[in-house]
Amino acid sequence: MLEVAFLRSPVAHAIIRERRKPTGFESSVVFNEDMEGVSPITTRSSIPGYKVSDYPALAADRVRFVGEIVAMCLAANRAAAEDLCELVEIEYDELDPIVTCAAGRSPGVKPLHEEWADNLFLRTSLDQGIDDVIANAPVVVELELSTARQVMHPMEGKGLVAWWDHRAGQLVVQTSTQVPHLIRIGLAECLGIPQAIIRVAAPDVGGGFGYKCMLMPEEVAVAWLAYTRKGAFRWIEDRREHLTAGANARQHEYKIKAYADNRGRFLGLDAEVAIDCGAYSVWPFSACLEAAQAGGNLPGPYDLQAYRCSTFSVATNKPPFAPYRGVARPGVCFAIELTIDAIAKAVGREAWEVRLENLVAASAMPYTNITKKFYDSGDYPASLLQVKQMIGFERIRSEPRRDAKGRYLGVGFATYTEQSAHGTKVFAQWGLPLVPGFDQAHVKLTPDGALEVKAGIHTIGQGLETTLAQIAHEQTRVPLKDIRVTLGDTANTPFSTGAYASRGIVMTGGAVSVAAEIVAGRIKSIAAHLLQVRAEDVSFRDGGIFAGEASVSYEDVGRAWYMRPDQLPDAVDRGGLEATGAYKPQVDTGVFSYASHAAYVAVDAETGLVEILDYAICEDCGTMVNPMIVDGQTIGGAAQGVGTALFEESPYDDNGQPLASTLIDYLLPGPTELPRFRITHMETPSPFSAHGLKGVGEGGAIAPAGALVNAINDALTPLNAAVREIPATPERILAAIAAAKPTLGNVA
Amino acid sequence: MKPASLEYVRPRSMEEALAVLSDETANAKIFAGGQSLGPMLNLRLTRPAKLVDIRHIPELKAVRADARLCSIGATFTHAELEDGAIEDFTRGLLPYVARGIAYRAVRNRGTVGGSLAHADPAADWVSTMAAIDATIVIRGQAGERRVPAQQFLAGAFTTELGDTELLTAVELPRFSAAARWGYYKVCRKTGEFAKAIGLAIQDPKIGLFRILAGSPEGRPALLTRSAETLATRGAEHAARDAREEIEEVLPNLAPAHRQQLIAAVQRSLGQILLVEAA
Ligand SMILES: Cc1cc2nc3c(=O)[nH]c(=O)nc-3n(C[C@H](O)[C@H](O)[C@H](O)COP(=O)(O)OP(=O)(O)OC[C@H]3O[C@@H](n4cnc5c(N)ncnc54)[C@H](O)[C@@H]3O)c2cc1C
Repeated sequence: MLEVAFLRSPVAHAIIRERRKPTGFESSVVFNEDMEGVSPITTRSSIPGYKVSDYPALAADRVRFVGEIVAMCLAANRAAAEDLCELVEIEYDELDPIVTCAAGRSPGVKPLHEEWADNLFLRTSLDQGIDDVIANAPVVVELELSTARQVMHPMEGKGLVAWWDHRAGQLVVQTSTQVPHLIRIGLAECLGIPQAIIRVAAPDVGGGFGYKCMLMPEEVAVAWLAYTRKGAFRWIEDRREHLTAGANARQHEYKIKAYADNRGRFLGLDAEVAIDCGAYSVWPFSACLEAAQAGGNLPGPYDLQAYRCSTFSVATNKPPFAPYRGVARPGVCFAIELTIDAIAKAVGREAWEVRLENLVAASAMPYTNITKKFYDSGDYPASLLQVKQMIGFERIRSEPRRDAKGRYLGVGFATYTEQSAHGTKVFAQWGLPLVPGFDQAHVKLTPDGALEVKAGIHTIGQGLETTLAQIAHEQTRVPLKDIRVTLGDTANTPFSTGAYASRGIVMTGGAVSVAAEIVAGRIKSIAAHLLQVRAEDVSFRDGGIFAGEASVSYEDVGRAWYMRPDQLPDAVDRGGLEATGAYKPQVDTGVFSYASHAAYVAVDAETGLVEILDYAICEDCGTMVNPMIVDGQTIGGAAQGVGTALFEESPYDDNGQPLASTLIDYLLPGPTELPRFRITHMETPSPFSAHGLKGVGEGGAIAPAGALVNAINDALTPLNAAVREIPATPERILAAIAAAKPTLGNVA
Repeated sequence: MKPASLEYVRPRSMEEALAVLSDETANAKIFAGGQSLGPMLNLRLTRPAKLVDIRHIPELKAVRADARLCSIGATFTHAELEDGAIEDFTRGLLPYVARGIAYRAVRNRGTVGGSLAHADPAADWVSTMAAIDATIVIRGQAGERRVPAQQFLAGAFTTELGDTELLTAVELPRFSAAARWGYYKVCRKTGEFAKAIGLAIQDPKIGLFRILAGSPEGRPALLTRSAETLATRGAEHAARDAREEIEEVLPNLAPAHRQQLIAAVQRSLGQILLVEAA
């Protein structure tokens, strides 16, 4: 097996004038022109006005971000492959880079992709009528907000091994992915070969968060090597590649004007959102998913009657923007939640009261909001009141605003909805090239009475092996220890678009339920025959199948079908003891989980440091299949949300150089920076999904930036300061305090 | 992120190490805990042909002390100081500082000498040794020389050390029972390099009054006027003077950063007041 190292562009924007391979290494170094017949990664979209960017696996005549691959070098080990990278000579003619949304939107700017008419992947505008409100609203608040570029950091980075299986005549790609079936489609398209000769499997993913749900240029390049050279090749991403070239996300800018009455009741929202999309569109989720989600979700869980929003998906000389846990919603939640607090301040009320007044009421469910989101069920106000109680709001307000160390204390709230398991219509509306339909799962009773569950979705640390087994158990009562779940291998699982958008438990869970129910019926009829009773007289109990006191085991049933068919009646169901089930919910617009978060913080006005003193969450994801896993998802997401709120930032300088290229510069929260998240649950089953399930994979990450920055700003109220940019670093907090006063006086 | 190919040697004595280093064509580099050098090798920011691992040289793990001075060998790790592996000459200051460096895994390997030689201005030992008025002991083939810690650091990542020299030990004054100190490190997360360090020491018995402001921006600043105030009028007055002195001696810092430095220094003085009040 040969190891691959990628030579990456050291400059943000340039024309490649010349490239030379070191003598003697002509076949160990691969350039774009060597990959004949390979198509660039191209993400089409049916949204009018959307512009396509061709993203070649190896740069052709231009590079558009620092870290873009210009050559692939092969050697016996990674160190030697990196040595080889150093010998490759590339000459660049540098061009001016576009590093900010403002620059990318400025009128005269030369588009990043020459054939484009302007520099936007997409511009959308939505106007649900707001002119009356603008003319008449008694309260207007204006905010400019921004969120930093982030990098996702699953515990393990990306990595893949690809080889040619001579016996099977098949290209096998073992890649760290959330979406093996999609990667097969994407590879076949780029390499121009039939899907049947590609097998994509992801034995163990090591965390994904969205980074691993897109086709990567590295995947195309390494798979091409294995296919054309009929050998085995490996690439393992390192942290520097991850930080500088890989998993970019989250960078938004907002201009908001909110209109309210004197009680703080929302009358209208007028917003402009710019997204720093990087240089290319990722496949298949495209450079416009973020904007679509931002514009559609900005109204949040609130009852809003007038809304106008334009979005700008700006091309910049940075790595492509990827859909990260929560996709756009951590940004929009931050934006709308700060807006609510600003309205509360303007009308002189507590922010929770204004929030409560604006939340969609339980009695209004199901509720179609202004952007046509169908909120299926739940009691949003109850979750807010619950966290208000948990955080001890009344006690906090009765105590001094500063602690014994002189730090300022504050409490903040955020409430959100999490559209999960979005269905066919939603994705079709977003114009994506790949639209999920029914998810499928296969369930089979083995000859010795165990149960095999197979699905094309993947487990990326969210515990699907456990929860899918629980659902199969619910239907068949085969003991959990005898249920085996296999996922994420195109060779032996039914098709699924994969693990993203908090869809696993709803979609695949639903499919497993359907398949297991079919198999359960067949188990019962064979058992009934063996027990000489009617099928409706048998039931599952105590790990066996009973009719009165008489019983047979699952093994008896398995043995009869597979090994002793002489015991079966002629009319036995020919489907046997296996079935493929397919599922999508009754409504195609997703089921909406929701939660309220409350944060209690201490802000040191001299150092700008923030301590999270307490953090309360009340969440509702419908029926909880496994409460421990729901807690795990919530805690993990919230930890990432704390990163968004306080720590994580991948800045670029004026030349488009990434300034955070190691974990010394890119701060992730560690255990000592995280509070003990205190969680309570509400359980409102969705009326529209199997077992009342809703997704819970992303929610935790959505609210912390809103809740924490609202808490920080509440703390800073006596100083008349407010933070409007995240992460809320000490520098930003001190700058906000300084801006609120003429000089940095002695606050001690 | 793999280092370029290199040779590794493990001398057993100081002479052996110095002999390897003195060969100027060898392009050799000292390797101690590897906690700064390791990442630099991986990123290929430094490309020595040879690594000289000094962790197995007994002289570099020696402690010598008399009533006035103590000398600590260069390869003592942060963890060893944290755990009290050597006598506590500084009335708890060194173990306290050690505990706040990085994470335990880094402390298990990272060394005092390596930290000083690497000369990251944000490093804890760089500020601490300068504030204590320690002396850095340097050996080359020509012999031994001594440089006050405050002068040892020429600027960010540059020191008095020559390429063929070894930092062998740090000499410190022995604190008296009357010594009081305060140490305040501003950082955003556990184990992070400091954004600002404030250090105050008062030991009237040995006549040591020092106040230091340490910053990632460059050489730590000794606040001599405030230190005099500390000697004559006490910590509370010194805290007041420190603000002014920091503004004076570090005029070019960003306001937010200066604010953090002032807070760090004032709080280190506050710790002295607290101990005195107790
Ligand atoms: C995650 C992480 C967090 C950290 N956080 C902190 C922190 O909060 N505070 C802090 O102060 N430090 C921190 N550090 C740095 C750490 O303290 C290192 O131990 C220290 O910087 C280097 O010591 P070392 O023994 O590992 O030296 P090495 O990495 O082995 O060497 C560093 C440099 O010094 C030279 N050198 C080493 N020893 C000698 C010698 N005796 N004579 C001459 N030259 C020598 C080497 O040639 C090299 O150039 C952190 C490091 C990491 C990885």
